[in-house]
Amino acid sequence: MLVRDLVKRFGDFVAVDHVSLEARPGEIFGFLGPNGAGKSTTIRILCGLLRPTSGEAMVAGLDVARRPEAVRQKIGYMSQKFSLYNDLKVMENIRFFAGMYSVPEAAMAERADWVLEMAGLRGRESALTGTLATGWKQRLALGCAVLHRPSILFLDEPTSGVDPVSRRQFWELIHRMAADGVTVFVTTHYMDEAEYCGRLVLIYRGKVVASGSPSELKSGATKGELLLIECEPLGRALDALQTAPGVLDAAIFGSAIHVVVPNAKEAITGLTKYLSGHQVTVSKIEPISPTLEDVFVALTTRQAEPGEAKKVL
Amino acid sequence: MRLHRLAAIATKEVLQIVRDVRSVAIVVAMPIAMMLAFGYGISLDVKHLPVYVFDREGSQQSQDLLKQFRASEYFDVKKAVDNYPALIRALDNGACKLAIVVPHDFSLRLNAGGPVSIQALIDATDSNTANIALAYSQAVIQTYSQRLQVDWVQRHGQRKIRPPISVEARTWFNESLESMVNIVPGVVVIVMAVIGVFLTALTIAREWERGTMEQLISTPVTELELMLGKLAPYFVIGMLDTCLCVGFGILWFGVPFRGSWSIFFLASALFLIVVLSLGYFFSVVAKSQLAASQISLLATFLPAFLLSGFLFPIDQMPVAVQAVTYIMPARYYMDLIRNVFLKGSPITLLVKELLALAFLSCLLVVVATRIFKKKLT
Repeated sequence: MLVRDLVKRFGDFVAVDHVSLEARPGEIFGFLGPNGAGKSTTIRILCGLLRPTSGEAMVAGLDVARRPEAVRQKIGYMSQKFSLYNDLKVMENIRFFAGMYSVPEAAMAERADWVLEMAGLRGRESALTGTLATGWKQRLALGCAVLHRPSILFLDEPTSGVDPVSRRQFWELIHRMAADGVTVFVTTHYMDEAEYCGRLVLIYRGKVVASGSPSELKSGATKGELLLIECEPLGRALDALQTAPGVLDAAIFGSAIHVVVPNAKEAITGLTKYLSGHQVTVSKIEPISPTLEDVFVALTTRQAEPGEAKKVL
Repeated sequence: MRLHRLAAIATKEVLQIVRDVRSVAIVVAMPIAMMLAFGYGISLDVKHLPVYVFDREGSQQSQDLLKQFRASEYFDVKKAVDNYPALIRALDNGACKLAIVVPHDFSLRLNAGGPVSIQALIDATDSNTANIALAYSQAVIQTYSQRLQVDWVQRHGQRKIRPPISVEARTWFNESLESMVNIVPGVVVIVMAVIGVFLTALTIAREWERGTMEQLISTPVTELELMLGKLAPYFVIGMLDTCLCVGFGILWFGVPFRGSWSIFFLASALFLIVVLSLGYFFSVVAKSQLAASQISLLATFLPAFLLSGFLFPIDQMPVAVQAVTYIMPARYYMDLIRNVFLKGSPITLLVKELLALAFLSCLLVVVATRIFKKKLT
């Protein structure tokens, strides 16, 4: 898959702003970014559901804009929202999508069997799809999207609203498919899921802000070292830290603040004193290694106005 | 185009129709309900018009005259009153539409051979009914007056008398001049116009609303396969509904069917493709089920009712309105169906209407698939 200078405008709004990507067979390619960053738009262009304003997208060796129908035969797509037919039975959904993808009659039994096995729905073939729990629905949707053995699989936030156990199972399935040589292109805003990907692209406001493997991103993106500070009250501490001497960046993560400083060990004493001077009680202050979330905040803060990145996540 | 994809969509659609109670209600209950409502609700006949009489003389002759009104099935003499105010009141409150007043010197002047006038007061709020009532009452009195004349002439020596001119009328196609014979085939057209559009109006909008369209269009299915696959089951249902309506018209309302069944099926099939495609088109444009059903109702019911020649003959309309009727599919189907029910003309006389429907159906299929393609970008 090869994407060059892809642009999509909706009126004045630029949803995808000169995005270029490349993914190799068998790679799990993570597309990471906040809601509205342009992830879904990009994926829908690559699936031939939207026409790009400009730029080039080759999927499975075919130009998506010119031959969307041929591309669709080679890809599988699973949208954000559950999109199988709730009023059809499990087996009826499988049959329907097998028909859509021209799965030969001879292979039908074997493929259907594989989907049922994979989704854990054996014995529930004639249950109405709408009555299944979310995790099962999601795996069935995945099964229906790959009935025709596509070489590229597009998953648009496949695990939103799925419980943690089902999410794990789902990612195991994705890994198994990648091992079979399927390129998996997945969007997510769960940072922990991003760690499962072989390669990540961070997208913000339609632009690619960074790309690389999770570990490359973590080591390369932040300008300094990270300190975790647990303190009371958080709001006042954050305001104080953002103007504190030697602090490059500060952001709230859960119940703590992450602060970027040139040297973590040396900054501890100074910052503790500085904070107590601002009527903030520090209960914990220690150096930590950056997570993808830190990377993301650091990168998007550079792009956006100060303070805006906090709202994003 | 791949037939197996078309078949897969049609199969899916059938399963969904069968599982949805509402769609079954639309398919079965709606045509019957509409046939009954319109078949009985719309009547252009004037019968049993309520009449009050005021006989100011009370002679045998005046009573004899009023008896003529009592005997007519067009009039229903409700009451005889003995003063004017009662008559006015009855006209005012709608107890009667027609009031007949016989003058106090009726028999006197009649016997003197002089001209006698009868007064008829008519409620003309509905001018159509008033006109018919007037014509009927004139006919009743004319007949009576003629009989008196004949009696008089015979009593004075002439054996036989021949009225100079008479009309030998034979009404064709609707022999007993019952408006129901004209209305019921028209109702079939209205019902099918509305139901045809409704059947498909929700089908695409529903897929958008439920989010299933996203998955569907990510498959290799083409716009044409999708449209034809979705129309196919509704076409079968629509044909069954048409037969249901026609059967109802023939068996329940007793309307004759004189034409050929093959012309009927050809015309109905073409019309169905037009209205189903129209519904599909609305569904593509609207993207929401509510909007699609509202557009459908507006776009089919009124035009089918007013501009198809159902109630108002098209050649009596202003030229501009006549021009508009040419794009109304119901207009052509109305001609065809009335013809096939009542006249039974050969197909050579109906080619124009059939071609018009065929043209409209092709046009709509092309437009609907094009618009669908555009919607995605």
